[in-house]
Amino acid sequence: MATLPTDPMVPDPYRVGQVWKETSDTFTLALEPADGAACSGFSPGQFSMLYVFGVGELPISISGDPEDPGRLIYTVRSVGQATHALVSRKPGEMVGVRGPFGGCWPLAEARGKDVVLVAGGLGLAPLRPAIYQVLRHREDYGRLIVLYGGRSPRDLLYRKELAAWARQPDTQVLSTVDYGGLSWRGHVGVVTSLFRYVRLQPARTVAMLCGPEIMMRFVTRELESCGVQAPDIYLSMERNMKCAVGFCGHCQYGPYFICKDGPVFPYSKVRSLLEKHEI
Amino acid sequence: MAEKRQALVEAGQIERLIEVLHRRGYEVVGPTVREAAIVYDRVEKLADLPVGWTDEQEAGSYRLKRREDGALFGYVVGPQSWKKYLHPADVRLFSAQRQGETFRILSNPDPPPPGRYAFLCVRACELAAIAVQDRVLLHDRYRDPIYQGRRDGIFIVAVNCTQSAATCFCTSMGTGPRAHAGFDLALTELVGPDHHRILIEVGSEVGAEVLAELEHFEASDDVEREAEQAVGRARSQIQRRMDTTGIRDLLYSNFDHPRWDDVAQRCLACANCTMVCPTCFCTTVEEVSDVTGDHAERWRRWDSCFTQSFSYIHGGSVRSSAKSRYRQWMTHKLASWIDQFGSSGCVGCGRCITWCPVGIDITGEVGAIRGATASAGENDHGNT
Repeated sequence: MATLPTDPMVPDPYRVGQVWKETSDTFTLALEPADGAACSGFSPGQFSMLYVFGVGELPISISGDPEDPGRLIYTVRSVGQATHALVSRKPGEMVGVRGPFGGCWPLAEARGKDVVLVAGGLGLAPLRPAIYQVLRHREDYGRLIVLYGGRSPRDLLYRKELAAWARQPDTQVLSTVDYGGLSWRGHVGVVTSLFRYVRLQPARTVAMLCGPEIMMRFVTRELESCGVQAPDIYLSMERNMKCAVGFCGHCQYGPYFICKDGPVFPYSKVRSLLEKHEI
Repeated sequence: MAEKRQALVEAGQIERLIEVLHRRGYEVVGPTVREAAIVYDRVEKLADLPVGWTDEQEAGSYRLKRREDGALFGYVVGPQSWKKYLHPADVRLFSAQRQGETFRILSNPDPPPPGRYAFLCVRACELAAIAVQDRVLLHDRYRDPIYQGRRDGIFIVAVNCTQSAATCFCTSMGTGPRAHAGFDLALTELVGPDHHRILIEVGSEVGAEVLAELEHFEASDDVEREAEQAVGRARSQIQRRMDTTGIRDLLYSNFDHPRWDDVAQRCLACANCTMVCPTCFCTTVEEVSDVTGDHAERWRRWDSCFTQSFSYIHGGSVRSSAKSRYRQWMTHKLASWIDQFGSSGCVGCGRCITWCPVGIDITGEVGAIRGATASAGENDHGNT
């Protein structure tokens, strides 16, 4: 992991290398160090604070390959002023980067086991580095199962990659949408409905979840009813975040600070919190 | 240590103490009267202190009154705390300048003041509050360089309380009224019919050096006894109690207690309690641009968990109800703080009670959730 600057609140300058349009409102940006400095490394599941001059700063999960040095990749949905400004950056323009922050997906703990990744919407972005990692070190893991739910076929991220991953050995990739439309030949329904198409071996399964809280709550139920134990289920949580280093207080989640204690939590730690409204 | 651990000075020597601290390069800040309240500001001379003033505090009420005896420290804590200096309400983190298509980040946080601070008149509860913020901002995973730059090398003159306000409950939180550690000098003011003296306890080497520059006498056993009695007076005046037994589990297991609905009926979500709290550390960061749009600055400002925007994520605020925000504040302060930082976040200073416009009393709220009649039988101002 990169060493921290003297001041953890001051970003490093990065330049936009490439921008890909993923869906009508979601873009992927590749950022490269602007001053020839080394690009900071990261672990799957970590996030950065991205700064747009004159606009503000945002916590964004890293969605690229941890073993692709030289650039950091983020997938951002334009939902407000700051995210709109971020996805509107053109190649060559500058973005400030702080981080990476937070803990990572339990890829070490998952060695030798089946890896089940369940994503909702933009939640596939923080899981993509884990997919890259498992595929790069295929022999270290058992089966790779990716279950992905989106609003509509046009809202699914990384569609070409989803198809390519599905062709990998011992890999099952299933997508479902809320509204299919006429041309959609795939699954329709919530992501939990995909569990009927997979045969989990609960004793040798590690599950990693990212998506809306309500989706994660139902997926944990489904996993537990399949026999997966709470300590083998991991969730990536989200809250408002201003500093990412535990000072601003915004991301508190019960006794935890999501920035430094998360964002990835074992389900056993957050189970009781997930049931609490407005915590 | 060359000096004895305790010495007696005439009250007038506080003038000299202020001079000595200035001469040693400190910026002396301490209590002073402004807009009918005792606030912290620069102190140039003894007369800047609230000499002959006292305060009367109750839930939702604060009044200054004249006192007969010309005491220098005859009051307790006002609306401000030392976080005003150590963790300022507004501080620039960095600025950035547009350069064509790009911009340059100028790492230029607001510098700490040129001289070190000397805090004059830090109460025992406030020493505890500084220790709590040290834990959060200096001794966690990351260190806040802004806080550190202001905190390093400060000189602390503690003052033991010889009277308390009706809102004080330091004895419940184990923080006062006597200062035990974390100071360079600790003063106990002794005002009698024919004397006005101050017993000074030395807490550090530099404290001993400063005391050596004052005209001081050996403190007799009688004087020490008088000081002990004076602090004992403050202790015995304290009426408010908070039963902290098992408080973490009490609050964790009462997330759905009807009292949260009750307090939400009264709470204005105005955030006063978090602004006056000496341990509340939450901040936001704002982007400020000039009119050309070529210059931008990042400012860190105090924020409060009582605002709607505090918990905003796409789609809405996590804590949209006042009930959930009060619950978050109190549960954090008294329960999750223990998990996060190993101590309570409350030091019993009573500011949140005094400065709540509707007089919500944290000790009464805890008492209500515990199911006991509010402590001391009279401090549940819930329905006033």
